[in-house]
Amino acid sequence: MKPAAFDYHRADNLQHACELLSSSGDDSKILAGGQTLIAMMNFRLARPKVLIDVSNIADGNQVLDEDGGIRIRATTVQRFVENSESVQQRFPLLCHAIEHVAHFQIRNKGTIGGNLVNADPASELPAMSLAFDAEFDIISVAGRRTVSASEFFVTYYTTVVAPNEVLSSIRFAEPPKNSGWGFHEVARRAGDYALAGSSAIVTLDAAGKCTRARIALFGVAATPVRATAAEDVLIGEAYSEDLLKASARSVQSILDPESDVHVTADYRRSVAEVLTVRALNDAFRRAKAVQ
Amino acid sequence: MNEPTATGIGASLRRIEDHRFITGRGKYTDDIQRHGQVHAYLLRSNLAHGEIRHIDTAQAKQAPGVLAVFTGADLRADGIGDLPVGWMTTNIDGTLMFIPPHPVLAVDRVRHVGDPIAVIIAATLSQAKDAAELIEFDISDLPAVANIDRATAAGAPLVWDGAAHNTAFHWQVGNSAAVEAAFARAHHITRIDLVNNRMVANAMEPRVAIGEFDEGRGEYLLHLSSQNPHVARILLATATLKVPEHKIRVISPDVGGGFGSKAMHYAEEVIVLWSAKKIGRPVKWTSERSEAFLSDRHGRDHKTHAELALDANGKFLALRASTIANLGAYYSTFGPAIPTFYSAPLLVGTYAIPAAYCDVRGVFTNTVPVDAYRGAGRPEAAYVIERLVDQAAHEVGLDPAEIRRRNFIPPDAFPYDNPLGAQYDSGNFGVGLEKALALADYAGFEPRRAAAKARGKLRGIGMSSYIEACGAGPSKIIMAAGAGSGMFESATIRVNPSGSVVVVTGTHSHGQGHETTFAQVVSDKLGIPIHSIEIVHGDTGRSAFGLGTVGSRSLAVGGGAIIKALDKVIAKGKRIASYILEAAESDILFENGRFVVAGTDKGISFPEIAFTAHAPAKFPSDEIEPGLEETAFFDPANFTFPAGLHICELEVDPQTGATEVLAYTVVDDFGNVINPMIVEGQVHGGTVQGIGQALLENCVYDPDTAQLLSGSFMDYCMPRADNLPNFLVDYIVTPSPHNPLGVKGCGEAGAIAAPPAVMNAMMNALRPAGVTELSMPATPLKVWQALRAAHA
Repeated sequence: MKPAAFDYHRADNLQHACELLSSSGDDSKILAGGQTLIAMMNFRLARPKVLIDVSNIADGNQVLDEDGGIRIRATTVQRFVENSESVQQRFPLLCHAIEHVAHFQIRNKGTIGGNLVNADPASELPAMSLAFDAEFDIISVAGRRTVSASEFFVTYYTTVVAPNEVLSSIRFAEPPKNSGWGFHEVARRAGDYALAGSSAIVTLDAAGKCTRARIALFGVAATPVRATAAEDVLIGEAYSEDLLKASARSVQSILDPESDVHVTADYRRSVAEVLTVRALNDAFRRAKAVQ
Repeated sequence: MNEPTATGIGASLRRIEDHRFITGRGKYTDDIQRHGQVHAYLLRSNLAHGEIRHIDTAQAKQAPGVLAVFTGADLRADGIGDLPVGWMTTNIDGTLMFIPPHPVLAVDRVRHVGDPIAVIIAATLSQAKDAAELIEFDISDLPAVANIDRATAAGAPLVWDGAAHNTAFHWQVGNSAAVEAAFARAHHITRIDLVNNRMVANAMEPRVAIGEFDEGRGEYLLHLSSQNPHVARILLATATLKVPEHKIRVISPDVGGGFGSKAMHYAEEVIVLWSAKKIGRPVKWTSERSEAFLSDRHGRDHKTHAELALDANGKFLALRASTIANLGAYYSTFGPAIPTFYSAPLLVGTYAIPAAYCDVRGVFTNTVPVDAYRGAGRPEAAYVIERLVDQAAHEVGLDPAEIRRRNFIPPDAFPYDNPLGAQYDSGNFGVGLEKALALADYAGFEPRRAAAKARGKLRGIGMSSYIEACGAGPSKIIMAAGAGSGMFESATIRVNPSGSVVVVTGTHSHGQGHETTFAQVVSDKLGIPIHSIEIVHGDTGRSAFGLGTVGSRSLAVGGGAIIKALDKVIAKGKRIASYILEAAESDILFENGRFVVAGTDKGISFPEIAFTAHAPAKFPSDEIEPGLEETAFFDPANFTFPAGLHICELEVDPQTGATEVLAYTVVDDFGNVINPMIVEGQVHGGTVQGIGQALLENCVYDPDTAQLLSGSFMDYCMPRADNLPNFLVDYIVTPSPHNPLGVKGCGEAGAIAAPPAVMNAMMNALRPAGVTELSMPATPLKVWQALRAAHA
C-alpha cells in the first residue's frame, strides 16, 4: 500500500454515503472511480482518514432521458455516458468532450460526478456543465439542494459541495433545435489535461442569424469559464469571419490563466481565442447543416 | 557455408522471450520473494542543498514493524565506501578532474532533491513509509544551483567547496592551431548555440534490489534490476561493500528496460546488502516512479557553442565547439565519460572535415547525477553537427542534402581517421542519403508544403546524417582515455550430451531480444534447431565475466565472444569426428550441422558428436579431453561505427504551436543484420525516444530552488503511439571489419539521429515565417513564442 493509513466504508446507496459522511467527520472523502483521489493518496498528497466508497452502489450507472434534458447519476462512469445512444444523439458535444477525458481505460472507472466534484479547471467536463446549463443535485442528511453550473465551481479543485454533502446527479439541458457545436483543445498529448480548450454551441434561426450561444472554456482560469460577453456578440448576427473574431477577441480579457511547467498565461489567453474561433466555426457549420 | 534457415542469421524470427513477457510470466526482480524478506524505504532530501544538522530516528525505530533505521553515519562507521566514479578525465593543464566524495547515504550535506538521508527497514513497505514520517531531521537550507547557467554565473553558490566555479573538469580534444588557421581562411563561418535538453530514462520497470547474506557461507546475494551485473559486483567488492568479489553473486533476471540508467552502481545496491547482513533478513527495495525521477541517473543536459568554417564551394574546412555539461551533484559511475570521450570525437559526424577542436567543461549542480542515456554522448554530438550543417546550408544557399553530399567522407576513405581521434571502420554515406531521399520523396516536398500552407499549416522537412561509436570496447583505447577497466566480453558454449546447447554471455538483455538474436547466431553456426539453444545472461554466478549491455555493444562484442567460443567447439568437434569418421582432421568439414569428410558422403551430426564427446570410448581421451564446453573472451580491435540518415516531415499549427510528425524515413547502416524484425523494433524505439526529446520530454528544475518540477508523468511528457507516424525503415550494409559477425550495433541509433532530424524539419517549417532559432523540446509554447517573436 502506498497511501497513509485510512478507514474504509462501503456505502449501500448515496443516502447511506451521506450518513457515513456525517458520522465520519470532516476528514472523510467520497471514493467514486478513484482516478484522481487514489493517485493523490498514493503520493500522500491527500490523506483522508476515512474513505466512503460509492463505486458499488446499485444502479450506479444511470443516464435518464428527461423532457428537454438528460439526468446523469453522479456515480455513472464516463465510458457509460460516452457509449449511451441517447447522449450520442442528443448531446454529441458531450460525447466528443468525454472522449478527450484521459483514456478509455480511465473512463471505464472515472465517474461523471467524481470528475465534476474534483473540479480541475483543465478538465473538459466542468466546461461541458457550463455549455449545457447543467444543474447539480446535491444531497446530505439534512436534505437536498440544486445548484446551477454557474454557481457550482469556486476555484481550483473546489466546488460548493460541502464536506458533509454528496453530489447525487447532474442534469444537462438539451440545446434547442437548429443548434450546432464545436470543440477544440490543445494538449501535449491525446488524453492529457488541456493546455487550453474552448467549446461552443450556437443556435440559428431560419435566416441563419444566431439566436442563442454558449461558449465555455477550460484550462484557462481557476474554474471553467463561460464567456457570456463573447456569446452576446453573436446574438442576432449571421456568420462571418469577422463576427467570430470579434466574439473570440472578447474572451481574452476575461481570462485569468496561470503559467505552469508546460505553457505561460499569455499562451493560454491567446490560444483560447484561437480555439474559440475554431469552435465557433464548427458550431456555425454544424448548425447550418441541421437547418 | 551454411544454407540460410528460418532460424539462422538474417531471419526475422519472432522473439523467443516474448511469450513469457506478453503472457505475464516474465520474472522481474520485484516478482521475487525471498524467505523472510523485509522492505527498505529511503528517506530522501526534499531540499536541493542543505547542511544536515540533526537526524533523530528514535521515534521511527519504535514504530510498528520497524526492524532498523540507518543513516549515513551508521554506514560510515561500518567502513562502507563511497560510490566510485569509473572514469577519470584529465584537465587541459594535465591535472586530474576534481573528485568529490559520494557517500551512499548523505552524511554532512544533502546536494540534490532525492539525495538519500536514511533507510528504514520494516516488515512491510507501508510500515517503513509510515515510520519514515517519524524521522525528525533538521537540514539548513543552503543556496542551490539548478542548471548550467546558474552554476556558471559569477558568484554562483558552490556545490562543492573545492570545485571553483562549480567546475568538475575542463577537457579538450583536437588540434586548435589547425582549426584557427582554417577559420582564418574561411569563406563563410556558421555559428550556432544549442541546448541538449535534460532527459529522464523512465524504464518501464523501476529499479529494484533484493539483498541477502548467507551467514554460514559468508556470501552475499543481490537480485538487481540491472544492465550490468558484473560491474555492480566488482564495484561492490572493491569500492563500497568491500568484501571479496567471489563472496558476492549478482543476479539480474528479466529486466524491463534500462536505456543506460541501470548500468551504474547505485546506493540502494549497497544499502540492501549491508543492511541484510546487519539485520539477518533479506531486504528488498523497489523504486516507485516518483522516486525514479529523483534518483535514477538523468541524461544529456549540455550547452554547446559551435562554429563551422566553409570554403566558397560549401566544403567544410574546420569545426570548433565548446560544450558545458551538467554532471549533477555527484559523479555517476560513467558521468565524466559521456560528454567527453563518448561525445566529442564524433562532432565531425559523417563529414570529411580536416581540422576540429572541442573543449568540454563539466559542471556540478544541485541536481540528480547525469550519466548515460540511450546514445550517451553520441546524440549530443550528432545534434551539434547536424544542426550546424543545416544552418550552414541555409546560410550559404545550398540544399541540406547537397551540402551533405559535398562533404561526406567518400566510401574509399575507410578506415578513416577523423581529426578528433576516432577511426571509422566502414560506411557509404552517399548511398544511404540517396536511398532515404527517394523513400521520403524529398524531391516532391515543395508541393506538399504549398498544400499545407493553403490549410494554414507550416510544413517542413529535415534530415540528419548520424554516425556513432558502438561496440565498447577496445580495452586499450578506452583505458587510455580514462576508463577504469577494459570492455571485452566473454562467452561460454556448453554442449550437453544430447546435443542441446547452453550459451552463457556476460552481456545482458533487458528488452533487446538477445535470447532470440544470440540463439540465431548459434543455430546458424551449429546448424541445430533454435529450441535446442538456451541463452543465459545476467548472473555473475553463471557467466565468467562481462561488462553488460550498454552502448549497443552486445552483439558486436558479446557476439564476437560467442563466435570465438563456437569456433573452439567446432574445432574440437572436428578432432573427435576425425576418429569416428576415420579421416584426417584436416579433411573434416563442418557444414549444415554435420561433420563430413571432404569429398565423401561420410558424416556425423552435431548431436552425435556431442554425445560422443561425453562417451569417450571412440577417441583417445588422454589426447582429447572429454566433454564439449568452451569459453572465449573477445576484445575488439576498435569500435564499430553505425551510421545512417533520418528524414522527418512535419506540420506546425502556427496559431497554437502544436506540431504533428507526418512522415519519418530511416536508412541505417548497421553492418550485417541478424534479425531484421528485432533491429527494426530497436530503430522504432530509439526513434521514438529521439522524437520525444525533440518535441515532448524535458526535465526541468526550478531555477531558484532546484526543486524538480517535472517529477511525474503529469509533467514529464513521454511520447505515445498517437504522437507518431508510421516509420519507413530500410538499410544499407557495410559490414564492420572489427568483429567476426560484421555487425555494428543498432540499439541507440534512433535516439541519436532523430532529435536533429526533427529539429531541422522544424526549422525548415518555421524559417519561412521568420524564425531563426528554436531549442528542444519544441513544445507548443516555444514554437508559438518563436513565431510571435518573428512577427514582432
